[in-house]
Amino acid sequence: MSNILPVAFDGIAYGSWLFLMSAGLTLIYGVMRILNVAHGSLYALGAYAACSFASAWLNGGLPAAGSFGMLLLAAIVVGGLVGPLLERGLLQWMYGKDEVVLVLITYAVFLIMEDVIKLVWGVDSLLLPEPYALPGNFSLGGLAYPAYNLLLIGMALVTGLALVWALYRTRQGKLLLAVIHDREMSMAMGINVSRFYLATFTVGATLAALGGALTAPTVAVTPGIGVEVIVLAFAVVVIGGLGSLGGAALGALLVGLVRSATVRYWPEAELFSIYAVMAIVLIARPKGLFAAQEARKI
Amino acid sequence: MKALAAAAVALALLIALALLAPQWLVFMAMLALAKGVVVLGLVVLMRTGLVSFGQGLYFGIGAYAAALLSHQWHIADAAVMLLAAAAAGGLIAALLGLLLARYRDIFFAMLSLALSMILYGLLVKSAALGSTDGFNLHARTFFGMAFASGMERRVFLIAGSACAVVAALMVHRLLGRHWGRLASAVRDNELRVSYLGASPYRVVYVNYLIAGALAGFGGALAALAVGHVDPETTYWTTSGEFVFIAILGGTQSIIAPFVAAAIFEALRTIASQYAPNVWQMSLGLAMLAIIMFQPAGLWSLAERWRRSA
Repeated sequence: MSNILPVAFDGIAYGSWLFLMSAGLTLIYGVMRILNVAHGSLYALGAYAACSFASAWLNGGLPAAGSFGMLLLAAIVVGGLVGPLLERGLLQWMYGKDEVVLVLITYAVFLIMEDVIKLVWGVDSLLLPEPYALPGNFSLGGLAYPAYNLLLIGMALVTGLALVWALYRTRQGKLLLAVIHDREMSMAMGINVSRFYLATFTVGATLAALGGALTAPTVAVTPGIGVEVIVLAFAVVVIGGLGSLGGAALGALLVGLVRSATVRYWPEAELFSIYAVMAIVLIARPKGLFAAQEARKI
Repeated sequence: MKALAAAAVALALLIALALLAPQWLVFMAMLALAKGVVVLGLVVLMRTGLVSFGQGLYFGIGAYAAALLSHQWHIADAAVMLLAAAAAGGLIAALLGLLLARYRDIFFAMLSLALSMILYGLLVKSAALGSTDGFNLHARTFFGMAFASGMERRVFLIAGSACAVVAALMVHRLLGRHWGRLASAVRDNELRVSYLGASPYRVVYVNYLIAGALAGFGGALAALAVGHVDPETTYWTTSGEFVFIAILGGTQSIIAPFVAAAIFEALRTIASQYAPNVWQMSLGLAMLAIIMFQPAGLWSLAERWRRSA
């Protein structure tokens, strides 16, 4: 029992972080049919912006607790600026292309952004330890845990619930569901689809940046941090079923728990286990756990 | 006949390059050739409409197979290494293909990515194989013949070129016939292909196998050039590089992968010298430009020029 509790907690914390990353990815795929590789660069941008914003705040001698607000602000600024820029400037010309071609296009964007980040922030790693240490520790089964992880779990819960509420309980959300269901028919019904695409991409980008901003205090922010994250988020989204929000939540939890269990009992297999789960799920259910079946077209 | 003549000319040029060029150029040519062979396999796969984001799996298997031969069993013969690597790649592809050939589109891309990342995950954690650092390999002989140091690489380049040209010729033959038409048909409309009595599964499976064997061969050739292997060979960015080269060249010709790989390696060498921080950006911009303005790849430019002449 004393073993299981920390493993479960670690798994849930890691899963929460994964959910923040993959919710945006799956949302964008569900609406726009784009598997967005540039999600990884938005994550990296969020992390870098969080470092800059929070450092500026702390260097200004302002109360340290406000640095959390700076993390959120960084995510909103990055998502609100870069998201629309990408969607309006590039992706809106690409709709209707093959899904694999869209992957390649966002891969190209990813490559470009990697270097943009290097040009803006340099190649040295940035550190931002304050917000992580600030909430202190709490004890769980005799082990000390950083309370920051609780914040992460809370953030994921809030985000998930907010997304579900917005999708199923608001007028705009229901319109978006109509767009997901049938793009052309909803256009015919007078829904401004291109506006929904812009909004979806911006929300997704903000979520990616939020994932990065909340990670920034826990790691050294270095060039290339988005590279690994993007394939992890892919794994989660594919496990859950592309385009399914509930699937992303379950996939994130599953991957989080599997990872923390392997790290505890068989540390050599950490990376292996995550992708093994993905491969097993795809073998058993080729379209993921929660994907809708599509009719074969002749 | 025309293809044979072109192959002979290409081989003669490559042999001349291997014998006369300075060492650094021989090294670069080996890497370009290695990647060209991998991309040739990818192009075969793309003819069926499938893009693999996991060719790094077979590239890595080939490289590690060659390196293990030298490291564990002290077999330092380049010919054995190249053949073993192609066989290893083909064998694993024959196994995984049974599964992967059922997948299409984005799911095929993602599952092949997952499989390559599984190998990556295994390699970085296996201390016996040097974890993230990898290990060195030495090849001293070719079919039992020993060479003066400095000549080795040149001989390996000639051998690699001969194999690559033969492979390209075979692929050209294969795609020019019934099989190639069938592959395009699978890409265009799979259901109709099965109604007409052919098996799309078999087409995809065999093309996947070819791609795997070619990538394994390419991996060994690259390992021979560098003299070192590490898990980076199986990482998704390596696979992404192959996809990039395939897009750059286009899928309509079997020479295009090699030309594109040569351009890619040359640009990378120049960029890493003069502009290491904007190298990826230029790659990305080039990729966007090709997808937008030249979706059939650079080769279609050459094609157009030839027609108008």
